[in-house]
Amino acid sequence: MDKLKLGKYSFDSRFILGSGKFSLKMMETVIEHGGVEIATLAVRRANTGKDENILDYIPNGITLLPNTSGARNAQEAVRIAKLARELGCGDMVKVEVVTDTKYLLPDNYETIKATELLAKEGFTVLPYMYPDLIAAREMVNAGASAIMPLGAPIGSNKGLLTKEFIQILVNEIDLPVIVDAGIGKPSQACEAMELGADAVMANTAIATAGNIAQMAKAFKSAIEAGRNAYLAGFGRVLDLQGEASSPLTGFLEGLK
Amino acid sequence: MRETISSCMEYYPEMEQINSDIMSKVLAMSGTVNFDSYTQSDVQSVLSKDFLSPEDFTVLLSPAAEQYVEPMIIRAKTETFKHFGNSVCLFTPIYIANYCENQCVYCGFNCMNKIKRAKLSLDEIETDMQNIAQTGLKEILILTGEARNASGVEYIGDAIKIAKKYFLNIGIEIYPLNSDEYNYLHSCGADFVSVYQETYIPDIYDKVHPFGHKRSYPYRFNAQERALMGGMRGVSFGSLLGLGEFRKDSFSAGYHAYLIQKKYPHAEISFSFPRIRPYVNKEFSNSGDVFEMQLLQLMLAFRIFMPYAGITISTRERDFFRNNIVGIAATKISAGVSVGVGGHASDTKGDEQFEISDPRSVQEIHHMLLSEGLQPVYNDYVRV
Repeated sequence: MDKLKLGKYSFDSRFILGSGKFSLKMMETVIEHGGVEIATLAVRRANTGKDENILDYIPNGITLLPNTSGARNAQEAVRIAKLARELGCGDMVKVEVVTDTKYLLPDNYETIKATELLAKEGFTVLPYMYPDLIAAREMVNAGASAIMPLGAPIGSNKGLLTKEFIQILVNEIDLPVIVDAGIGKPSQACEAMELGADAVMANTAIATAGNIAQMAKAFKSAIEAGRNAYLAGFGRVLDLQGEASSPLTGFLEGLK
Repeated sequence: MRETISSCMEYYPEMEQINSDIMSKVLAMSGTVNFDSYTQSDVQSVLSKDFLSPEDFTVLLSPAAEQYVEPMIIRAKTETFKHFGNSVCLFTPIYIANYCENQCVYCGFNCMNKIKRAKLSLDEIETDMQNIAQTGLKEILILTGEARNASGVEYIGDAIKIAKKYFLNIGIEIYPLNSDEYNYLHSCGADFVSVYQETYIPDIYDKVHPFGHKRSYPYRFNAQERALMGGMRGVSFGSLLGLGEFRKDSFSAGYHAYLIQKKYPHAEISFSFPRIRPYVNKEFSNSGDVFEMQLLQLMLAFRIFMPYAGITISTRERDFFRNNIVGIAATKISAGVSVGVGGHASDTKGDEQFEISDPRSVQEIHHMLLSEGLQPVYNDYVRV
């Protein structure tokens, strides 16, 4: 069976749902239509009291992926992750360290440090990152269980603007690569999966759709299609023709 | 030396054993590859990919890809140009000793062969190097036979220190060392290490290396990794084509380098493709032939699989092949070559390892490159 393995956990679904932009009452519908098994949770935003507690809206069998959004450095990310674990959200955590409030781009340097600290504490760490190979290698060395490169600025719905760089990560990094942020359409999610990403995370694309449930379903299909295409292996593309080979003839004919 | 190890997969006691799974990965994958299972459509699929996996590499090495040498040349030229432009580096080897303690049945330096043995004194090394430096070369590759007792690490270190006076770029092709010894030679001024596994197929390796330190397969295999651990900047890989099954040996060399690059992303990787040439004792080995067309296919497959790697073309090949391959796949060419000991002085002191096929001088190679539209480069590395 084709499982998504994140540290000691494994999943059938490769569609990870970001939850920060929904009304809580929509969660269950989206999860059901999207075939979702993992949903993120912004710890800073989670109501933990009696009213509107997000945990009450998450169906059974769904794995929560708390994130450390709001953290501005590694130490803050570690504290938020520990808080999430105490709240009963488990030990899998998406590390998010953002030191730029304008573009909300992740700080790879602090993220590497947070990854190392949390991995040592026994967390299954999924760092959200700018797709940089050198930083990704450091995250692998720091003990990450997957890497989560962004496809485009978060919330932009612009798609795979960093495609070439994500391809490099897919080629070079042995951990699962989860494309996070920027995916705006099912076709873009499919493209990410086709190029070899292991999962896609989306939030805004669904939250801002006309029909949220239907869009969740469309993402589910697209991610599965891309995954299947990747596993099947692509056929040839005929673009090798059309160059005169005559300059080679002398060489090839002269070989012994 | 102590008793010969009974299996080639063992180490001698003084040999450093490092923590690495690269050898087991290479043996596992090369053991299962079936080059005859591929079809033309597999080759077409691979050639339309931007990035090749190790399995894709096996497809380009397969008999099915023999029909695709022309499109492979086109792709290889593009890759070579993308990564190296039209630059081709020049260098020359210097043999400072040909004493050897091994009995590699395919080699002219085999310790049982009755050849003229020599080891240059430091003064003779200096003279030889001065002669080479006068040709304009800035890169040198220092070679010895594989005999630690005759040509010790300290002696090689001294040769490197002399080379540093005349050259900007120093490589060594000597017997495999422990990482601290590589570190020492790096501190003397060497940056690049060539070690060829000869054959990656353990059964054949066992047969052709009956004696000596070279008999230890894993110690030789892990030499590049120990060199990098010792601070060397680049490492070179290859197998002696014709010794074992050449497709399998070529795959293993490429995959070996691929895994080293993955583990040590800063390392500079390069390849050589020595084919077995006539040498003293050749009639006693049963090597197979690798034809030029197959050699070409191998070099193209390597270029497309690892487009960033340097490829050196040996003087074992004739001028026709060398002139053509530099524009296509090779990025480094030797010039003004002598493979005898002291061969750059007026009187050669020790016999040659093999017969070269391209005796052209540095000037001649320089002009050949210019006439092919290529740029001769004498140094592309600065040691800081």
